[in-house]
Amino acid sequence: MKRPPLATIFFALIPFAAVCFSVQLWDRVHPILLGLPFNLFWLLSWTVLTPICLGIAYYRMKSANPPGSASDPEEPRA
Amino acid sequence: MTSPRAVALTVIFTIVLLGSGIGFYAGRRRTMSLEQWTVGGRAFGTFLMWLLMAGEIYTAFSFLGVSGWAYSRGGPVLYVLAFMILGNVVAFFILPPIWDLGCRYGLQTLPDFFQMRYGSRKLAALTAIIGIAFMIPYLELQVTGLGIIMEVSSFGGIGRTQAMVIGTVLMAGFLLASGVRAVAWVSVLKDFLMIVAVVSIGIWVPHHYFGGTGRMFSTLERVHPGHLTMPGATANLGHVWFISTVLLSAFGGCMWPHIFGASFTAKSGDILRRNAIVLPVYAISLGLLFIAGFAALLVVPGLKNGDLSLLTVVRQAFPPWMLGLIGGAGALTAMVPAAVLLLSASTLFAKNLWRPTFAPAMSDDQVARLAKRTVVALGLISLYFAVYSSSTLVSLLLLGYAGVTQFFPGIVLGLFWKRITTAGIFSGLVVGVAGTAALLLTGRDPLAGCNAGFLALCANFAVAVLVSLLSPASSARLAQNLPVGISADS
Repeated sequence: MKRPPLATIFFALIPFAAVCFSVQLWDRVHPILLGLPFNLFWLLSWTVLTPICLGIAYYRMKSANPPGSASDPEEPRA
Repeated sequence: MTSPRAVALTVIFTIVLLGSGIGFYAGRRRTMSLEQWTVGGRAFGTFLMWLLMAGEIYTAFSFLGVSGWAYSRGGPVLYVLAFMILGNVVAFFILPPIWDLGCRYGLQTLPDFFQMRYGSRKLAALTAIIGIAFMIPYLELQVTGLGIIMEVSSFGGIGRTQAMVIGTVLMAGFLLASGVRAVAWVSVLKDFLMIVAVVSIGIWVPHHYFGGTGRMFSTLERVHPGHLTMPGATANLGHVWFISTVLLSAFGGCMWPHIFGASFTAKSGDILRRNAIVLPVYAISLGLLFIAGFAALLVVPGLKNGDLSLLTVVRQAFPPWMLGLIGGAGALTAMVPAAVLLLSASTLFAKNLWRPTFAPAMSDDQVARLAKRTVVALGLISLYFAVYSSSTLVSLLLLGYAGVTQFFPGIVLGLFWKRITTAGIFSGLVVGVAGTAALLLTGRDPLAGCNAGFLALCANFAVAVLVSLLSPASSARLAQNLPVGISADS
């Protein structure tokens, strides 16, 4: 399989850093934001921020590998 | 005057029958060939695909288990939200290439992939056995959840066993009639009701009892200090456990044979990628289930079984018809994933275990018939386990996740690394699964603060890479099986 471009991998790693590896930084109750403990607020924000990161990753993947080019087998026509 | 029990029962039954009716109707006027039954003829567009994948997010585990964990364990429950976000990031990269190969080589199941990529019948059969073995506890969990939901929300009007029998029969019925299409269409009703239920519980309960979530959480932090952060009410589920468990589950998400198989229903690989981009948003509603579980800790403290906390608090806070609605939604939430699990496990058995081992001459139609008989048999087996249930359901579920994730090296290295060999994957898989079973069944999870399944996965990876490097590079026969991209690219 064709490996995805570096920019795509970079944008996809951001959510991993944000909701997994950095747990020690955001796992606390205060400040309570929008009525939620900070750790829950943080994770819920990433349910929206992750699609944005993946959207950019997707865009970078498409522009590195435009539909219809030989190396993009998923879009046979276009 | 109608009794609350009669009202709740009527609503539950209406919803369950409506859902099953949709399931029966979904496959009407289609000939159920093996490919139609298992992967919907590979014709699902964005909408159906989204339903099928999103439908897998809400299982009886997320409905009862997530609020139950918030209730009994506190902070560590956050791992569920984190892995559901990251599972989609993983899916974004691996599902489209898998779909692509699936389309090119006519794959329908996870063992099909191993057979195609590594050209080994033994390896494919091993993955089928492992897949079925780890899906049965998950299936059992859904059936038990179904029993609990219907029993509690009907005020005990339907016994747990009765509920499980009725639910399993209906589910097997629409599954036999319509295959994977039934599952996608019943998800429409199920997800709509779930969202109504989850939003009303998560918003109304804290408002009703505390005047808002902010005040509720402040009270909770005062009454149970430390409950909201890790390790919460547990002794050893700290940050290392969180990171290792999130990674394990995020990698494992696509490795469930039913999820893996579901991806082949898509019309194109790009649909799966776009699907993975938007699905994290769907996890927001899990936050509402956390809130419900935390609220329950203050409203109905002292429950022995945390899994009952959600329904207990709902029974206190809402009128009977709403309880019925939530119960009906909950019942479908158990039935839909259970149907996918049954479909997938039966296909694995008939297509990847029985035919290659005992009856290589079987036609696809005969395999489909055998798979349908297996649906009935596996339905009965899980019903039996659920009725005579052990108390170790949660540990069986964790075992399931840790188990199926052991497929990850075989899939990812198979997709992206040319040098991988069959011997490497075979030994890695054996080490990973044996390690998982040994550590979890002897109660050594977490091990030194780290998720034991994750440690087994690391061992699996290491063994797979090492053995591959030591064994001779696979011959041309295997190279012919390689996806075109691998040989062309690097």
